[in-house]
Order: sequence, then structure tokens, then C-alpha cells
Amino acid sequence: MDVLTCIKRVPDTGSKIVLTEDRQSIDASNLGFTMSPHEECAIEAAVQLVEAHGGTARVLTLGPPAADEQLRTGLAMTADEATLLETDGAEWGPRATANAIADAVRAAEEEFDLLLFGNESADAANYQVGIRVAERLGLPVVAGIKSLEVEDGTAIAGREVSGGEEIYEVDLPAVVTVKEGINEPRYASMRAKMSARRQEVDRREPDAESGPGTFEKLRLEAPSDEDSAAEVLGEGPEAVPRIIEVLEEEVEVV
Amino acid sequence: MILGFVEWEAGEPLETSLQMLTLARDVADQTGTSLAAVAFGEEGAAVADHLGEYGVERVHHVADDRLTPYAPAAWGQALADLLEDHRPEAVLAPGTDRCQEVLAHVGATCDLPMAADCTAVEAGDAYEVTRHRWGGSLVEHARLEASTKLLSTAVHEVPIEPADVPTDPTVHTVEPTVDAEDLRVQVDRREESDVEGVPLGEARVVVGGGRGVGGPEDFDQLEELADLLDGALGSSRAAVNEGWRPHDDQIGLTGTKITPDIYIACGISGAVQHWVGCKGADTVLAINTDPEAAIMQKGEYAVVGDLHEIVPELNEALREREG
Ligand SMILES: Cc1cc2nc3c(=O)[nH]c(=O)nc-3n(C[C@H](O)[C@H](O)[C@H](O)COP(=O)(O)OP(=O)(O)OC[C@H]3O[C@@H](n4cnc5c(N)ncnc54)[C@H](O)[C@@H]3O)c2cc1C
Repeated sequence: MDVLTCIKRVPDTGSKIVLTEDRQSIDASNLGFTMSPHEECAIEAAVQLVEAHGGTARVLTLGPPAADEQLRTGLAMTADEATLLETDGAEWGPRATANAIADAVRAAEEEFDLLLFGNESADAANYQVGIRVAERLGLPVVAGIKSLEVEDGTAIAGREVSGGEEIYEVDLPAVVTVKEGINEPRYASMRAKMSARRQEVDRREPDAESGPGTFEKLRLEAPSDEDSAAEVLGEGPEAVPRIIEVLEEEVEVV
Repeated sequence: MILGFVEWEAGEPLETSLQMLTLARDVADQTGTSLAAVAFGEEGAAVADHLGEYGVERVHHVADDRLTPYAPAAWGQALADLLEDHRPEAVLAPGTDRCQEVLAHVGATCDLPMAADCTAVEAGDAYEVTRHRWGGSLVEHARLEASTKLLSTAVHEVPIEPADVPTDPTVHTVEPTVDAEDLRVQVDRREESDVEGVPLGEARVVVGGGRGVGGPEDFDQLEELADLLDGALGSSRAAVNEGWRPHDDQIGLTGTKITPDIYIACGISGAVQHWVGCKGADTVLAINTDPEAAIMQKGEYAVVGDLHEIVPELNEALREREG
């Protein structure tokens, strides 16, 4: 089976988010980049399915030339092919992104059996790209999935709900958006990383087409850490009586 | 009209839906229009009895058996029908898994933009919305303009407020135009989980451990502390990645969001992706060797020191009290 996994390059923010002067984006000059854990799990699900059923796993991202790095992470996790829908680095909204991905899927030589996405991106978190791609392609879509199997052309997908799991059965081709926890993504071996570096990445220029209405970012704001001054109860085990006091008198849990 | 998508359980609206209705009523007031709600399923009409308190004037009840159990695209189609018939100014939905999903279907089928996880709206011709990015560690101000604006509300961000003037909502039955294609995805069955104890997301006390715990065995001390406090055990992503804890324990952006009375974070640095999962705690108490760690600044209480010395002592003291 042929599986396409769509990922997004995002800054690897640490303990504090710093914005650029124009407040349009995160100041990433001192940061590395990564992809969301949801998407890492989506790649893992894809390569596991291909290992079990044969076929190819392709990773795709819409992003700046540097997003090549995240595609190579996918290749090092043993995906077979990679596609970069190359932008100039400006942020694309969820609708334009979904339209460009759907059009790339239509134009591809492969007929994908399964399209995988993260449930939401780590940064913008619009919760809609996978669903919009599915609707545009006329495919069924199951979102927020934490277990996935494929049997005889049917995807069996589980979504976590309070107290258990809801199970969906969907005929392929289909779109599934996944959440971290669905599997444990592999660590790429040194050798896999080396060979991923030499692999060809298919580069294309996407069309920005959005449709009626607008949803556009005006500015970002990093909420100031609320009164960031914790009360220090003490050092080492000597603080235990003070901890008990807090548990007893303030929080009233003992 | 402003339309709010209300979820319910046992005939009562969920808290997240009431939070959404509070924001929806604010938008209706700002635009001088009425507030309506839509509810799916058998008891959807009974839910109307609880919505007058929040100023809802009409309840659209989608009572089609084919839409039970949950079928996301079909529910989206039912909402799209309401959009076509009533042309609401805006549709608001709580930012739960289901509502987020259904709203995205509406956005796709009606080719409308959608703003997820909003916390405030300034309504003019276009709406200026305030919304969450990075799970709330970053706030975005965005402009949303469309014939019908689609917005979801970030959960547990808008405090629930009843209307000044309660209403007596009328109930209207909706017969949606769903077809076989809309029903390709539908819940087939439910499997119960066999995890025992208090679920992390509902616990009043949570004890969390991170990379500073140092290994899987050392989580025993934290588990004991959680037990002594009738709480649940959680962890950072680093501890999950190390293979010390299962992902079910993970607190944060891509894990569980907790809302306990107290969260005791041990050996956790407090990265933004962890913090967004635990900031819903009333009180955060951090135990960390590094007084400069972010979690030691962001929380209410900090204890500087080695968790391996402090936690066993704390357990001992709690056991003694129980006697
Ligand atoms: C897109 C994305 C999503 C993410 N989602 C999540 C998520 O959902 N949840 C999450 O937790 N993380 C998430 N992360 C990872 C996050 O950025 C951090 O890497 C992670 O939270 C760090 O875990 P930690 O605090 O346990 O480890 P560290 O950052 O390594 O901190 C360990 C802490 O332990 C302290 N320590 C060490 N020894 C001791 C001792 N003996 N006693 C007391 N203290 C000690 C140290 O001082 C340090 O502060 C995500 C990252 C990305 C990029």
C-alpha cells in the first residue's frame, strides 16, 4: 500500500517563547527546528504499515526550503520518498495549505491508499488541514486517532474517549489524523541518517488558493508569565513540613 | 443569529459547551442578534431546558437516527444545512475533539475559514479573534471575515456566566440531508479501557515526574506519593521518550491536560509544551535541584533539592500522619 504522511516544520521552543520585533512570528534565531510529535508518530505508523503490507511511504511538507531537514528526518525513519511544496517562508493559512496538499495528491503518480496527518500542528494548531484535504479529495477522514490497523483494504482506527476508545472502520483510500501515543517512533540509526542525506527530494511550487473569506494573523503575543515568583518553601528534606502544611491547609488534600 | 453547537451527556449540556455559549452570547450581544443552539441525538431536545439560563432563544434539534452513533461528516452536513437555511453570522463550537472535527467539516464543505481555540471576539463586520497557539503558550490576534464565521472556543478558558435575562427556548426539529457518503465514517463500537485508578485528566492531585527522576524504578516513590494523596501519576515527555512511563501518563501539549487542585512536579524543567498541560492546576508545587528551572518560577511553590531525598521523606511523613 502507498501511504503519504504530511508534516510541518516548527521551531523547537524551550522554556520561554520570544517573538520577533514585528510580532509576526517566534524569534527562532537561537532555536532548532522539529516537527510535532503527532506527525513523528504519523510517519512511524506509515512505515510500519508499509513494512507489513509492502508499498511505499512518502513524506510531504509545505514549507520553506529549510523544511528539507524535517523531510530527511522522515526518510531516516525509513520513509521511501519525500516531497517539498516549497514556499518563500511566509506562513500559509490552513485552507491554502490544505488546497495545495490536495492538489499535490491529485497530481502525484502514486494513488495513495492512505493519507496521514497530525491531528493539529504544534504551532498554529488549526485542527483542520487533514479534514479539508479529505473533503477536497472526496475521501473519508477519521481524526484524532490513537490506534490504527489495516486489514483487507479497511482501516480500523481507534479514538480515545473518556473511559475507553471509539472504533471506526473505514474503507481505503482514506485520510487519518493521528495523535502522539499511537506508537513509539523509532530513533533513526546513524546509517539511515547518512543515507537520508543523499536522497533526492521532489520539489514543487504550490499554488496559494484560499477561497472566499479571510482568516489572517494580525499579531502574536507571548502571555507574560503570571507574576512569575513562586514561593520557595525550603531546601532539601527540611522543606517537608512546609509541603505538608500546603497540602493540608491550602489545598486541603490531606 | 449566532449558532452554538452544544454537546451533552445524560440530557445536560457539557461544561465546555456552556463556556462556548458564554462567548457566543457575548458575540450575539455585540452584534445585536439572537442566540440559537444546535444539539444532536435523542436527548438533544431535553437539553433545551438547560439552555434558557444562558440566553438561548432557539434550539435546533437534529433528531435523525442515522446520525447516531457519532458520524463526523454527517454531523457536519447537518450543520451545513442549518447554515444554508438560516445563514447565521457565526457558528461557535467548544474546542473538544468532536466539535473541532465537525466544525472543520463544515469549513471544508461550505468553503469557509475557521478559527480554532478562540478565547475572545471583537465583533464588527470582520471579527478580531484572540486565539491560542502552542496550546496557549502563545496568543494570536487574527482577523476572521466570512459570510458565516466559524470559531471554536479554547476549553476551560471562558468562565461560564448565565444570561442577565433568561429565555425560554423554542425547539425546532431538523431533518438533515445526509447521504451514504456522509456516513462512511461512523463510530462502529466502543471498547472500555482497563486502566484502573483515577484518570489523569480528572484527578484532584497529580504527581508528575520528568527526566530528573532518573529511571523507571525511581517512579515508585512518586507513585507512592500519588497513592498517599489519592491522586494520579503523570510524567513529562522526556520520561516517556526514555521509556520510563507510558504515553498515557504524559502531561502537556501532545499529552493530557490536567486540572487538579495541586500538581506536584518532580524533576521537570517546565518547558512550554509541558506547562500548557499543567497550567490548569490551581496550585503547582515544583521540586527541582535547579532553582532557575522555569517551573520553579511559573508555579506557586518551589522546593529546591534532590527529589530522591525529598519525596521519600515526604512519603514517610504522610504515612505517619495516616498512622
Ligand atoms: C511540538 C512539541 C510538543 C511537545 N509536547 C510535550 C508534552 O506534551 N509534554 C511534555 O512534557 N513535553 C513536551 N515536549 C517536550 C518539551 O519541550 C521538553 O523537552 C520536556 O517537557 C522536558 O521534559 P523534562 O522537564 O522531564 O526534562 P528536562 O527538561 O531535561 O528537565 C529535567 C529537570 O529535572 C531536574 N532534575 C534533575 N535531577 C534532579 C533531581 N535529582 N531532583 C530534582 N530535580 C532534578 C533538572 O534540574 C531539570 O529541570 C514537546 C516538545 C515539542 C517540540
